[in-house]
Amino acid sequence: MAEFEPVLLRRILKNASPSLEAYRADGGYRALDKALAMSPADVTKAVVDSKLRGRGGAGFPCGVKWTFLPKDHPGPIYLCVNADESEPCTFNNRILMHQDPHQVLEGMIIASYAIRAQVAYLYIRYEYGDATRAMQQAIDEAYAAGLLGKNILGKQGFDLDVYIHRGAGAYICGEETGLIESLEGKRAWPRIKPPFPAVEGAFRKPTIVNNIETLACVTHILDRGPEWFKSMGTPADPANPRDAGSYGPKLYCISGHVNKPCCVELPLGVTARELIDKHGGGVWKGRKAKAIVPGGISMGFLTADEIDTKLDFGSLGPFTKNGCLGLGTAAVTVIDEETSMVDVLYNICRFFEHESCGQCTPCREGTGWMLKIVDRIRKGLGRAEDLNILEEVGHQIGIMPGTTICGLADGAGWPVKQAIRKFRAEFESYIKSGKKTHTLQLVAAH
Amino acid sequence: MAPASHPSGDKRFKILDVTMKRHLYQHDALIEVLHKAQELFGFLELDVLLYVARGLKLPPSRVYGVATFYHLFSLKPQGEHTCVVCMGTACFVKGADRLLAAIEQQAGIKAGQTTPNGKLSVMTARCIGACGIAPAVVFDGVTAGQQTPETVQQQLKGWL
Ligand SMILES: Cc1cc2nc3c(=O)[nH]c(=O)nc-3n(C[C@H](O)[C@H](O)[C@H](O)COP(=O)(O)O)c2cc1C
Ligand code: SF4
Ligand code: FES
Repeated sequence: MAEFEPVLLRRILKNASPSLEAYRADGGYRALDKALAMSPADVTKAVVDSKLRGRGGAGFPCGVKWTFLPKDHPGPIYLCVNADESEPCTFNNRILMHQDPHQVLEGMIIASYAIRAQVAYLYIRYEYGDATRAMQQAIDEAYAAGLLGKNILGKQGFDLDVYIHRGAGAYICGEETGLIESLEGKRAWPRIKPPFPAVEGAFRKPTIVNNIETLACVTHILDRGPEWFKSMGTPADPANPRDAGSYGPKLYCISGHVNKPCCVELPLGVTARELIDKHGGGVWKGRKAKAIVPGGISMGFLTADEIDTKLDFGSLGPFTKNGCLGLGTAAVTVIDEETSMVDVLYNICRFFEHESCGQCTPCREGTGWMLKIVDRIRKGLGRAEDLNILEEVGHQIGIMPGTTICGLADGAGWPVKQAIRKFRAEFESYIKSGKKTHTLQLVAAH
Repeated sequence: MAPASHPSGDKRFKILDVTMKRHLYQHDALIEVLHKAQELFGFLELDVLLYVARGLKLPPSRVYGVATFYHLFSLKPQGEHTCVVCMGTACFVKGADRLLAAIEQQAGIKAGQTTPNGKLSVMTARCIGACGIAPAVVFDGVTAGQQTPETVQQQLKGWL
């Protein structure tokens, strides 16, 4: 196979200037020209044909989602761009916005054209000041150059305004309906679905929510065509009609106990081993990996024996052998053999307990119970029945068991279930011996 | 009609008026207006929240609900300096809790508190997207990577 050439990071890796002028000199906004020569329906079709799946975590086919908008709607229709990037250990959206904002903006303009949106909201988490400033600068340049505003690039009737909306620090704003509520200036309480945002979203109007990386991919699909996009990645399994395949490039973030934490772009389907050894410089201090978080902490864990798992949409999932929740954000975090899984799980449970929005009792209470139990094991006070209770709570909360409004609860239960399934002996040894975890011996409990 | 400004005559309310006006007093601007208010006043006093509620014609319960929902809004005064330790998983497995313990010990307060002299507030955060340089700490808005108990204590020396 030919050496993979970065697509999304192409300009970033050569430290190209984020200015409009430099972006255009590199062939930028060519894709928009091509898109505007097509009908919106044909642009959507190109994205459907590319089999691009959403990069925000759920992996829903992007073009298909666009077709869910009501036909011949009088408008307004909104595009909401999800730059809340809240899944721990994920930082690819930040890099894209900060270092190549026009690539993202071009994708937003193309998507708005395809879905006939005249307003696009860019929802950025407050913590990303650098990315926000870079995007605002790009938006200002685009207005001045006629790439935003009225009759864009001379195309009669194609108007688009882009507004940046800043968050205020809440993980749940990343969930698409939580994001919409937050955009409306409310608490980010996810909505009951249906209706899905495509039918009734922001300000009760049809709305498409897409992730930053998804839209950056749209730019290149329009520039180089769906077939080119499909030449990368893991093809769909012909024997499985429900497999939508994993096509295109993906930004993988590598963090935790590796020598060189980084963000690399590779075709979907690279193995965890290759990411860690080749791109992350191997596990630090000459140690071995004990566990690998494959795509943000909501997804569960791979064990050292599962290190050859491909990181794509088909190889990770509730019905695969590894049983992870999915590819998630493809943020790989390595945990070395010296780290206690009880500590890691405690850290994860604390996160979800803090970030649950509190609307659904099973999530609000369940995340609190799980935290309490793991904390007690960490302090050497675990009880024999604790592991079963943890698994039971993990099984009961979420949209899969049908007890909650949004997927935060599934993501909170998943690492708990997986940690106990895959590292049960370690948890049992803490409970049996009554010893405190390593970190707790070093620092006072918070 | 724009509401009359605050009776105290404090200029900062005038600036807040301008912000609300720029957003056409729209309800969806609430979060942005609260950011401005916090920037101006340092924290969100009840009086300020009521003022915003009146300006945007929103029930005070809605404004209070939003101000307390989002973690970055503070209803108590903050210290002159802030030190935010990332507790995200990548930072945690690389010793963020040891950093926090060192800071708490040096400052004599717990995360979420401000020193009695009002100099320093210590906080924790969820992942701030700086996992490549974990463990990360944000000192007065500036992110510092690869921190150790020694480097954080060095940084805080002049601030206490
Ligand atoms: C609890 C929770 C948090 C989420 N956080 C994010 C996020 O930070 N960024 C993101 O793009 N998608 C996030 N998502 C997924 C969004 O709901 C949505 O699926 C996505 O933005 C759609 O865009 P895409 O199809 O382009 O991926 C989250 C979902 C859940 C349930
Ligand atoms: S599942 Fe949790 S986060 Fe989601 S809406 Fe319910 S309480 Fe809120
Ligand atoms: S975990 Fe600390 S910056 Fe991501």
